[in-house]
Amino acid sequence: MSALAEPKTEEMTSAVAMNSALDCAMTADPKVILLGEDIADPIGGVFKVTKGLSTKYGTHRVRATPISEQAIVGTAIGLSLAGYRPVAEIMFFDFVTVAMDQIVNHATKLRYMSGGATPAPITVRTTVGGSRFGAQHAQSLEAWFMHTPGIKVVMPSNPVDAKGLLTSCIFDDDPCLFIEHLNLAYSSKAEVPVEDLRIPLGKANVLATGSDVTLITYGPTVPLVRAAAETLAAQGISAEVIDLRTLMPLDLDTVFDSVTKTRRAVVVHEATQFMGPGAEIGAQIHEQLFGELLGPVLRVGARFTPVPFSRGLSNAPSAERILGAAHALLASPRVNRSAGRTAG
Amino acid sequence: MTAPTTETLLSRAAAERMYELMLTTKLADDQAREETKAGRLQAAFYPVRGLEAVCAALGEVLRADDQLVSTYRNLGDALAKGVSLRAIMAELYGRLDGVSKGKGGSMHLHDTTVGFMTTTGIVGSGLPITLGLGLGAQLDGSDRVVVVTFGDGATSIGAAHEALNLAVLWQLPILFLCQNNQWGEHTPIAEYAGSTDLRARAEAYGMAAHRVDGFDLFATLDCLRDAVASVRAGGGPVFVEAMTYRLTGHTGTADFSYVPADELAAAMARDPAPVFRAWLVESGALSEGEANAVAHRAESAVADAFAFAQASPLPGPDELWTDVFATDLINWEER
Repeated sequence: MSALAEPKTEEMTSAVAMNSALDCAMTADPKVILLGEDIADPIGGVFKVTKGLSTKYGTHRVRATPISEQAIVGTAIGLSLAGYRPVAEIMFFDFVTVAMDQIVNHATKLRYMSGGATPAPITVRTTVGGSRFGAQHAQSLEAWFMHTPGIKVVMPSNPVDAKGLLTSCIFDDDPCLFIEHLNLAYSSKAEVPVEDLRIPLGKANVLATGSDVTLITYGPTVPLVRAAAETLAAQGISAEVIDLRTLMPLDLDTVFDSVTKTRRAVVVHEATQFMGPGAEIGAQIHEQLFGELLGPVLRVGARFTPVPFSRGLSNAPSAERILGAAHALLASPRVNRSAGRTAG
Repeated sequence: MTAPTTETLLSRAAAERMYELMLTTKLADDQAREETKAGRLQAAFYPVRGLEAVCAALGEVLRADDQLVSTYRNLGDALAKGVSLRAIMAELYGRLDGVSKGKGGSMHLHDTTVGFMTTTGIVGSGLPITLGLGLGAQLDGSDRVVVVTFGDGATSIGAAHEALNLAVLWQLPILFLCQNNQWGEHTPIAEYAGSTDLRARAEAYGMAAHRVDGFDLFATLDCLRDAVASVRAGGGPVFVEAMTYRLTGHTGTADFSYVPADELAAAMARDPAPVFRAWLVESGALSEGEANAVAHRAESAVADAFAFAQASPLPGPDELWTDVFATDLINWEER
């Protein structure tokens, strides 16, 4: 038995866990600087993730900015060139599009374009989901960044991962996009280590082991998929659940190992299904394991519409669609295209 | 050219340095354009002809630890900050000995060892990056100055305005140096800007802003020296609009017959390097023979750099996969 004491933990939401990650990182390294709209006290960020940090570390390190997304990310890049480890908050994922030039043309490419001489290890934190505000405050754009060489893309599904992955992003030597889902940020709580916690980027988490079908997901659909797996278990179907946690680097080894065992896979995400992350993951599985599969890899993602506002509408994947895809896959060794499309 | 003031009265060494830099820039630029036209350079080269005096003055007033962010029209800036001409030229040819191992190209020069931090191929996007370098200097408690150069066209970009505002708000140690060459690509400034007084725009953000004749080496030297001193002393950002004229097309091969002939002729009559040489000799600062010796050094350096670049190998295929991430994770396409 180890003589080491168990790490001290506290019950935290993801929002509090991220605050704890920033707090620990700022204590560990005076080069960690936070930037973003409204992030200083008293408001402490519109989602309160930075609450208390400007009071503790000073407004020279926790810097409230104008509404200037290009300037926020540009400042982060320049700070990183000056040897700092900046964390820029972009309030909503949709607003990242305003700073797209700085992220995609500069942060992601500086290392390559300089032959390794001027990397820009910044962390951009942003939020997604919820759709409380309509189509310009809710879209899941992770595929755009997975499509761009040079940036790591991370999306936690629980408070422990939120803290551990965010800390890893801050101290990683590449630019990282850290995506926080608003439905997860405040709802569930978990016991989270109080001290510094790092979870390696590029390592998926197998949440449930199973033998009949692999359900691959990340971020906000993780609870949905876990629930679906429990329903399937009650029906005698054994599902393996993989939380990818990091979309770039993508842990294909874990995916391939699982699908080699189950021979069936469904990829579930809240991003638009058409041309979404599931398209690449599905293609990878097909290319690597075609001869092993008992049916095509199916995808369950958002419908190809802007995110609707009204509660009467939703384009997001539902539990029914996830179960439907799993059942369709298990019912026939060859799910036809229409069955896959309308599953559930 | 105005007579030098007491402030700008030059040591002979400084005069030689600036003349050599201006002439080296001109000659390298001329040859790069010839190489482009001959099809021997891989991509368009963005000439800096007309900016030579501004670049030489900037190089003269900056310290080695000051930092510069430049644009794709960067040859003079890079030389002024001390980047190796050989490495610049090798990068233009996409060769392994280039500043970026040939992976950046002419629009992406850098050499952080001399404070030449980065260059951007996206017009106006260097200004926000400079904010972070300026903030870094401020947080470090350093008195180093951060300079960003950009053309007049960049002042139409939103990012430039975000940067001017934030620099004033945080009183960052930044010199915004607008190299106004009167053209945004192929469009004259009066046809793309409602007000062509760019200095006034910056002033409206609350920073000190000056306009200077960028063909006049001494006036520019005075202006930039004062601006850098003010920034270094903690006076906050300063904007300088150096009025020049683009003496070539937008790129090394671009037709520029649309440029009004009288405007171009007037500008060519003030071509910075030859005009400065004439002043040096006429004023007795340098003898004809001494000026020739400087010119010979510049010509030799340019010939050497092109020969070096042309002899440098292309990067090998393995270089494709390095520098994508900090640790070369994987060739994702071959998964």
